[in-house]
Amino acid sequence: MFDYGCNIGLFIDKPIVWLQNVCSSVLRRALAKTSPRLRARSWPLRGRNLTGEEDCHRRSSLHCGSSRLPDGQGTQRLPPQNNTVRMSREQQTVARARKAFNTGRSKPLEYRILQLKNLKRLFYEKQKMISDAIKKDLNKSEEVTQLHETLGIESEIDLTIKKLKDWAAPRPVEKNLLTMSDTVYVHPEPLGVVLIIGAWNYPWAVTIGPLIGAIAAGNAAVVKPSEVCVNTAKVMEDLLPLYIDKELYPVVTGGVPETQELLRQRFDHIFYTGNSMVGKLIMEAAAKNLTPVTLELGGKSPCYIDKNCDITIACRRTAWGKFTNCGQTCIAPDYILCEPGMQDRIIEEIKKAIKEFYTDNPKTCTDYGRIINQRHFKRIMNMLDDSTIAAGGENDEANCFIAPTVLRDVKPEAKVMQEEIFGPLLPIITVSGVDEAIEFINKGEKPLALYVFSSNNKVIDRIRDETSSGGFVANDCLVHYSISSLPFGGVGNSGMGCYHGKFSFDQLSHLRGCLIKKLNMEGVNNVRYPPHTPKKLSWVRFILLKSSNLGWMGRMVMVAMLVVVAAVALQRYLQ
Amino acid sequence: MSNPPSPSPTRWFKALRRTRLGEPCLRTYPLECVDLLRRARIAFQAGRTLKECFRLTQLEALVRMLEEHECDFVDALGRDLHKPRFETVVFELITVKNEALHAITNLKKWMQPQPVEKNLSTTLDECLVISEPLGVVFIMGSWCNPVQMCLVPLVGAIAAGNCALVSPSEYTVHTAELLHRLIPFYLDNECFHVILAGISDLPEIVELKFDHIFFTGNKEEGSKIAVAAARTLTPVTLILGSKNPCYVDQNCDVATTVQRIAWACFHNAGQSLTAPSYILCHTDVKARLVQALKCCLMEFYGPDPRESRSFGRMVNLDIFGRTRDLLWRSGKVVVGGQVTEAEKYIAPTVLTEVAESDPIMQQEVFGPVLPILSVNDVDEAIAFINKQEKPLCVYAYSTNSKIISRIMQETSSGSFCSNDCILQSLMVALPFGGVGACGMGSFHGRYSFETFSHRKASLLRGTRFECVTYLRFPPYEDRNLSLMTWACALSQKSQGWCQIL
Repeated sequence: MFDYGCNIGLFIDKPIVWLQNVCSSVLRRALAKTSPRLRARSWPLRGRNLTGEEDCHRRSSLHCGSSRLPDGQGTQRLPPQNNTVRMSREQQTVARARKAFNTGRSKPLEYRILQLKNLKRLFYEKQKMISDAIKKDLNKSEEVTQLHETLGIESEIDLTIKKLKDWAAPRPVEKNLLTMSDTVYVHPEPLGVVLIIGAWNYPWAVTIGPLIGAIAAGNAAVVKPSEVCVNTAKVMEDLLPLYIDKELYPVVTGGVPETQELLRQRFDHIFYTGNSMVGKLIMEAAAKNLTPVTLELGGKSPCYIDKNCDITIACRRTAWGKFTNCGQTCIAPDYILCEPGMQDRIIEEIKKAIKEFYTDNPKTCTDYGRIINQRHFKRIMNMLDDSTIAAGGENDEANCFIAPTVLRDVKPEAKVMQEEIFGPLLPIITVSGVDEAIEFINKGEKPLALYVFSSNNKVIDRIRDETSSGGFVANDCLVHYSISSLPFGGVGNSGMGCYHGKFSFDQLSHLRGCLIKKLNMEGVNNVRYPPHTPKKLSWVRFILLKSSNLGWMGRMVMVAMLVVVAAVALQRYLQ
Repeated sequence: MSNPPSPSPTRWFKALRRTRLGEPCLRTYPLECVDLLRRARIAFQAGRTLKECFRLTQLEALVRMLEEHECDFVDALGRDLHKPRFETVVFELITVKNEALHAITNLKKWMQPQPVEKNLSTTLDECLVISEPLGVVFIMGSWCNPVQMCLVPLVGAIAAGNCALVSPSEYTVHTAELLHRLIPFYLDNECFHVILAGISDLPEIVELKFDHIFFTGNKEEGSKIAVAAARTLTPVTLILGSKNPCYVDQNCDVATTVQRIAWACFHNAGQSLTAPSYILCHTDVKARLVQALKCCLMEFYGPDPRESRSFGRMVNLDIFGRTRDLLWRSGKVVVGGQVTEAEKYIAPTVLTEVAESDPIMQQEVFGPVLPILSVNDVDEAIAFINKQEKPLCVYAYSTNSKIISRIMQETSSGSFCSNDCILQSLMVALPFGGVGACGMGSFHGRYSFETFSHRKASLLRGTRFECVTYLRFPPYEDRNLSLMTWACALSQKSQGWCQIL
């Protein structure tokens, strides 16, 4: 969903990877000849990230750091110089995290809560650093950063701290006749080391969100922020170790080679936010180690505007959902479906909303974002080719600016309808009514979100029941993301697994079924042992098959008990 | 041969080879699966499986099938695995029947949209989690419990409203053919299909793009299936075999313990994913344990287990040969050890003096062989268990509940059972599944339903109170932000920053 960035290109375009490898080996050879001091100077970037001098020393002896490629699209990792250490930096980080996990210190609830509290303190104390970095990366203002990123994280942490005890407690299950005298429950237990790969569009929210779940569930976690947001990744690498356990929750930064090296390690769960193409590669890499994955991918999220609704409000909410973060939101409404007669009205209203939000000239408006990089800029501009622009369309390549744009009468075959837009283009597709809208939605891959605006509940219910999507929102956009009691995740091509609140906890825990029996009551067990006889079989049949109707049995027993009690009472009374 | 002509020469050769080797001719080829999948998908898209009554009828039909054809199942499993009638009825039929009855009773409750906690802002809206079917799922069963491993997940898939393709293991030919023959008579012919595919064809079929894959079996095949599923971005549930440890403490009633272990370990001739694979016992009880096992086996299967009607056979010569080699190459036989190749018979065998490096401790064993290792105390046992890959089940026998809870807390496994074996995997109320190397995902009862459902978050809002939503729209102002931060801090008990959105 997010990472259309350089990493698809590099993942897929083998030649580039090959080129990088060649480059790196040449560089390595060159570096091997230089003195250690020179070598140390060539990666000041990593060195400064570290927390203490000692740490810095240790780390720089373990790895060589990075040199940025001239195009700024990724970093290149150089293999370790030190011959005594054969393991790559990623391998070491994972090994360290696993070792820390094996000490068992992440298991006590107090420890998890302490870590979460520290994490919360980070957002409280370092607000400025965080928003400065995001300003540099995505041109988001400080308010927007708080609104979109940190506020959500903080409340998620609060919720987790408050509920953790309940979530982590054993969950008793119903018993049957056989297990009447035993203890039966589901016990959530940590999985181990979790890899969290973040995306660039909301660099904190989508990286720290799963981390909260991982900490809460008692796992160790390796955090890999997106390399596209260079400044944010660096800030994350600097700040997280200062606040939370740096061995249990290490941060690994870097581009494609680092990610590939990370994926070669064995994890107990991989949590990825990004696009489907990379999602497939990650799942394949994970499958080799039989690692479960949670994939938060994207898709073309439709937005149907019914004729019976307050169009002004619908358009304002849609425009807000679409143009927030310059359209670079995984759950942004991708296109509008409406009846032909409403199109002009909708365009008018959206124009009005754009003006209201971002003034007449969005380019100078501080609340309007920019496209992340030139590559994406070109990709989005390319989509405009075969569609009619109804509003906006201005752009400035040097600035990566594309004005809020509405496209009218878009054909389903148009370029803009072929892949997720992930930019401030809002195509309008006309359909004859609800039926055609449902048909149109079902023809495509399952989206991450589906929005319906209507004042008619029947229309809402119909679309909800007859289509499939990760999430469903009626009469609003995006806000389901912010409700922690709702699971957030995709289905089909838009991903698998879900998170937020308790769902994060469950996703990153193993729900272990536990049956605690005693060694008594062996008489009952005799029926199951060989040598088998027909009589034993009929007994088993009775015990096991009745068990599913325990409710009925229980009621009968209850009635019998009541009768006995009544009889005893009556007897007493009569005496 | 029921397959249509295939364009691919390799497939044609494959078909030729199979026929020449005299394997059963009834086979479904990947090409045919494409067609079946298309039919199932059309049926799913028509919305057939959405209705509650449809799902109930299908589940009831499934129960009826098991009731009416009990003898056929007993006969088929008898031919495949020499499975005693008792075991077939208890492990295969009753388990599935219970599962189906449980689903029938609870289906309405499961299907209902679940309202989630509301907060200040959503008091006017509806927040629901809706369980919706995924689409067409593919279920592959293992040969250990061929009926149970195919039909228990199928019950979940039906309950959740999916269409399904079921592939019973090719090892248990008779059972597979029976299911292939019976299911069309009872279940919907468009939605549910049984295919008879070889294990080597499965990854190819998985790549046809299903909406969920459910696999039970061994690790290498599971891994292949997972890789194939990743190519089409399909979620998978894997239940894989592993080496399940069984710890026996010195404080326990040895006679009872041994009965329970022996029953679990030697039912179906040890061919089970959940049977204990080895005993870790306290050094003090080892001698008593071995003695008790001898008595217990005598009691269960008589002096010659080969004659006993309660003892099964290995499924095929491959598995037989593999198990025999493992048996011959490790440890010292104290009980059993006899093998008869013609009957694929391996006697219930107990091994002692087994080293950790012996082949029998290195690989998954599907056979009636039980190695006994001794440890000096619980710590050593826990360390031993944690050194291995995470197993599917951990069992512990002790009268001391502290020991039980220590083992439970300090080890990790798919499921845990104390003072008994296997039962936890048959209960409808407990999730049964793997973790780490023994798979992912879980099933049984409600958990099957959830495995085969997508939980769709639904937020139904109104367009009233637009004045409140104004706060979140640009142009962003500090005043609005502080108001929202304040509201967030004020009501920490509610669910996050949405309360004012």
